[in-house]
Amino acid sequence: MSDPASALGNVSDASGMVGIREIGPLGMITLRGDLSLKPVIRAAVAAGGVTMPDARHCNTEGMQGIAWMSPDELLIMCPHAEVQDRLADLHDKLAKHHMLAVNVSDARAVFDVAGPCVREVIAKLAPVDMHPDHFNGTMFRRTRFAQVPAAFWMPDGQSARIVCFRSVAQYMFDVLLTAAQAGSEVGHFNR
Amino acid sequence: MSTRLATGGRLLNTAEPLTFTFNGKQMRGYRGDTLASALLANDQMLMGRSFKYHRPRGVVAAGPEEPNALVNLGREGRFEPNQRVTTTALFDGLEATSQNHWPSLEFDVGAINAKLGRFLPAGFYYKMFIYPRSFWKHVYEPVIRHSAGLGRAPKARDEDTYEHFYAFCDVLIIGGGVAGLEAARTAGRSGARVLLLEQTDHFGGRAPVDGGLVDDKAVDNFVEETLEELGKMDNVQMRLRTMGAGVYDHGYVLGYEQLTDHAPEKPGPRHRLWRIRAGHVITATGAIERPLSFAGNDIPGVMLAGAVRDYLVNWGVSIGDRTVLVTNNDNAYLTAISLKHAGLDVPAILDTRVLARDSELVAQARALGIRILMGHAVSSVKGTKRVTGVAICSQAGEGAVLEEIACDAVAMSGGWSPVVHLWSHCGGKLRWDTRLACFSPDVDNPPKGADGMGFVTTAGAASGMFPLDDVLHDAHAAADGVLTSLGFKTPRAFSAPHAARREEAPMAPVWMMPQGASAKLREKMWLDYQNDVKVSDVRLAAQEGFVSVEHAKRYTTLGMATDQGKLSNINGIATLAGALDADIPTVGTTTFRPPYHPISMGAIGGAARGDTFQPLRRTPLHDWHDANGAIWEPVGQWRRPYAYKRGLESTHDAVMREVKNVRDKLGLLDASTLGKIIVKGPDAGRFLDMMYTNMMSTLKPGKCRYGLMCSENGFLIDDGVVARIDDDTWLCHTTTGGADSIHAHMEEWLQTEWWDWNVYVANVTEQYAQIAVVGPNARQALQRLGGMDVSKDALAFMEWADGTLGGFKCRVYRISFSGELSYEIAVDASHGQALWDALMAVGTDLGAMPYGTEALHILRAEKGFIMIGDETDGTVIPQDLGLNWAISKKKDDYLGKRAQARSHMTDPDRWKLVGLETTDGSTLPDGAYAVGEGTNENGQRNTVGRVTSSYHSPTLGKGIAMGLVHNGPDRMGEVLTFPGVDGREYQARIVDPVFYDRDGEKQNV
Repeated sequence: MSDPASALGNVSDASGMVGIREIGPLGMITLRGDLSLKPVIRAAVAAGGVTMPDARHCNTEGMQGIAWMSPDELLIMCPHAEVQDRLADLHDKLAKHHMLAVNVSDARAVFDVAGPCVREVIAKLAPVDMHPDHFNGTMFRRTRFAQVPAAFWMPDGQSARIVCFRSVAQYMFDVLLTAAQAGSEVGHFNR
Repeated sequence: MSTRLATGGRLLNTAEPLTFTFNGKQMRGYRGDTLASALLANDQMLMGRSFKYHRPRGVVAAGPEEPNALVNLGREGRFEPNQRVTTTALFDGLEATSQNHWPSLEFDVGAINAKLGRFLPAGFYYKMFIYPRSFWKHVYEPVIRHSAGLGRAPKARDEDTYEHFYAFCDVLIIGGGVAGLEAARTAGRSGARVLLLEQTDHFGGRAPVDGGLVDDKAVDNFVEETLEELGKMDNVQMRLRTMGAGVYDHGYVLGYEQLTDHAPEKPGPRHRLWRIRAGHVITATGAIERPLSFAGNDIPGVMLAGAVRDYLVNWGVSIGDRTVLVTNNDNAYLTAISLKHAGLDVPAILDTRVLARDSELVAQARALGIRILMGHAVSSVKGTKRVTGVAICSQAGEGAVLEEIACDAVAMSGGWSPVVHLWSHCGGKLRWDTRLACFSPDVDNPPKGADGMGFVTTAGAASGMFPLDDVLHDAHAAADGVLTSLGFKTPRAFSAPHAARREEAPMAPVWMMPQGASAKLREKMWLDYQNDVKVSDVRLAAQEGFVSVEHAKRYTTLGMATDQGKLSNINGIATLAGALDADIPTVGTTTFRPPYHPISMGAIGGAARGDTFQPLRRTPLHDWHDANGAIWEPVGQWRRPYAYKRGLESTHDAVMREVKNVRDKLGLLDASTLGKIIVKGPDAGRFLDMMYTNMMSTLKPGKCRYGLMCSENGFLIDDGVVARIDDDTWLCHTTTGGADSIHAHMEEWLQTEWWDWNVYVANVTEQYAQIAVVGPNARQALQRLGGMDVSKDALAFMEWADGTLGGFKCRVYRISFSGELSYEIAVDASHGQALWDALMAVGTDLGAMPYGTEALHILRAEKGFIMIGDETDGTVIPQDLGLNWAISKKKDDYLGKRAQARSHMTDPDRWKLVGLETTDGSTLPDGAYAVGEGTNENGQRNTVGRVTSSYHSPTLGKGIAMGLVHNGPDRMGEVLTFPGVDGREYQARIVDPVFYDRDGEKQNV
């Protein structure tokens, strides 16, 4: 089998206000189930390697983590090579429960955007309140960037990780480049 | 002459001179000038021609309300028409040209319209150009379009970029004058998140021009101190050159920031559209002065009194050496006083009022030696391209000239109207203020949010508060009230600053000057300068029965120009009220719509242009297709190869080659765009039995079944192959366009109707690259890759299996949309390109070639397979297409079942699917209708059917088509006539829709 290829071959750009880098492919599993059930939480925590996040939050640790997607859906992240094992483990642990766990790693493209203007770049594309008092810590948003659906969180105050569909990876890269163009600083979040 | 004075100009930086051109003529200005002030400083009073009569026009205002002075700005990729000189900041190298004239601004042939003015009243076009009918399109309209109009449309591509920005705040304040600043300071002190927008490049608004004392210091000090305090507040953001453009539902506001218009050499986007969600909006948008309606009030040199003052104080520009002031209020006296202080002459003040005693400003003017004529008015203004004098009369009379006064400028003031636009955008109501003769916000009827509470509050002059002390107190109170409603505590220690009060005499409304003006004078009184609407036009509209203000507006075009009637609105309404003998408030206002002032299309589009105009979806094989001659076809937002051209062959030849190659050898198709939806759970079978017309619950694991999906109205919406993966898991293939909508359709039924069923769905369309390997050599190709048994016995038609091929972990479906031996291989998208390469490599000597969507269409049409979107159009049910075999008779219910039982759906007269074959082998035009006997009630030929798909089949060497025909299946062999748009009539015979391999021998090998 060939080496897995990400959508854009890990393209990157550092010419604008933020550095933009396509990373991955990352391992991703969509888990749908009753998130109030202990066994579901236990299995998810085992698969994601982190604690269960609150609604509209995600817990991550390096390549792995869990993001809250909806009242009955989680996104479990892990190294790409470990997806099948973690998926099998989920199926094992939850064999007796009604749930759906499916590999969506290759349906996605992932971008890391880093730099002091990262909040501004996001606020140009996503209808999200990016003020540090309002978006911080482990917060996670399913939203849109310009015209495509996307989700993101900020692993630290200076960078964001953005997930979108693989087919629109080029569009995402292009709109991020435009939003980060030199001379387009807004100065809205820093004084 | 208008000229630059030696002193004054508080906004100018005289250390930075700038050069610019107007109609090619080089001129000089300073940093801080607007194009208007710079043109005036160069004695360029004539700036354009009016819309209809081509009258010479100069600037009349100093802000966004300016109706006359619009220019073409820039060139090529930065050319923009209809730019207001009053809102255009001067920069070095600016190029402006005047518009709406021929051959030149100074001499305009179109001005003949003015001579014909009495033949061109309101409604003239409507009455004149009705007959003969054909003349409108071919004669009248082209001529009118040529003579009426503003700037030229840009021809070059816009070379700038634009962007959006999403912002959130507790309190949004629009307007950075003293009211906005006081409101921002009050809000800022409470800790609320405050965003303050100011449309110009400086804070303070008009107050520094008009002067006054705040807490015993000059108002400029107040502005400076407040800005300093705001600058220290982390919770307050201030933006200059950013206009509040529109207020929408739920506290949504658009702001329009002009980033580089004043400095085009700067990098970055030109405009930024702020998309703001505000807890509450405070509009501190000030007020606009009204012109007076007297004869010749549009002659260059006649200007609003406040604008004359602005040019003098802000930019050190005098409009003329001798300025006559005509007013109905005290405020305008400030202009005369300022002019006098600047050493300029004011030969007379014509005050329409007769005051019993002098108020403070009147006394000041008198003390400066200005001649004040109470109860007087302008009978007419003298001059054509420039004011040369005024003839004066009594306001109470009919215009008999008492005296002529030579002058080169007239400053007029008919009172002030609050800028209520933003208040009104989202439904804020107005009330008539008889004291100030203006519409002001009705505080009891604000625009309301989802909670039923008002979300917009006005502050200062926008509330109808004009004295400085009232402005500051109103702004403070407005902010205080807003903060309380938002749950913030305002520090009690602070109260509104106090401004010195001035004793003023009341204004007296004047809607026509003189009040008994003759018809001849009324024909020279302009209400709407830009659209050339006069007092006589509005009166004519009233006379002809246009009672409603909205109708009169459209009949006369009053207020419909690019300035949206900022100056003309109230005067026009008052004139209409006068003509109708009605009260102004009963006539009412027209609707205020966003944007407040025109904003660029670029800003609205933001990043959506060029490569990012729309997201373009790419499959994992996109780059390969692109490098191998793909002609792209848009399918939703996807791009799919329509065909792959080789060498110099035509697209048609490529398609023919691809079809033949599939039938004879081996074709590869990128089928990745087809929807793939996982449906899982104990109730999944039951759920799919409802979604599909077929029975899906009985499908065995490892098997596939073709299914149809209908809307609850019975119409066919999607089709595709369903595979049962295990006991409680199915995978549903959808059409390319249906992937997202069918996923949403499933979720909707699960979430709203069958919420208690245990089913989860997931859209995994993009997880897989799916490659169709099609043709007699398909099995051999797969066997060469090796790794799993793909023989007829191991993997029969309509079965699937997991395995590996050439080391790739994959799922192989033995399904066929072409009638050939065919496998669809799904592999993780990250390995899609590698698998494709492997297939091409092993297929080289098997004749492997990629094929595109057009070949796919022909292959399926040869087999009589329907295509959603070709054979269906939202009005077609499966029964129309002869798909009764795919409708389960055993099920109690499925979506669409009930609808399909209704009388219209079971009507034997419904058009049904058949094959069509031209008698001469030619190809039927797609979409052509078959004609029957007689004509319908509209005199059109009756139709009995239509073509839904039509192709030239290279396999059969002739045209083949499918169509829906009245009683079609019962009329086999009949020949129908299809008139084409090419003038030909096509004869086609009704045949079976399966043209090729009826028994399916080729796919079952």
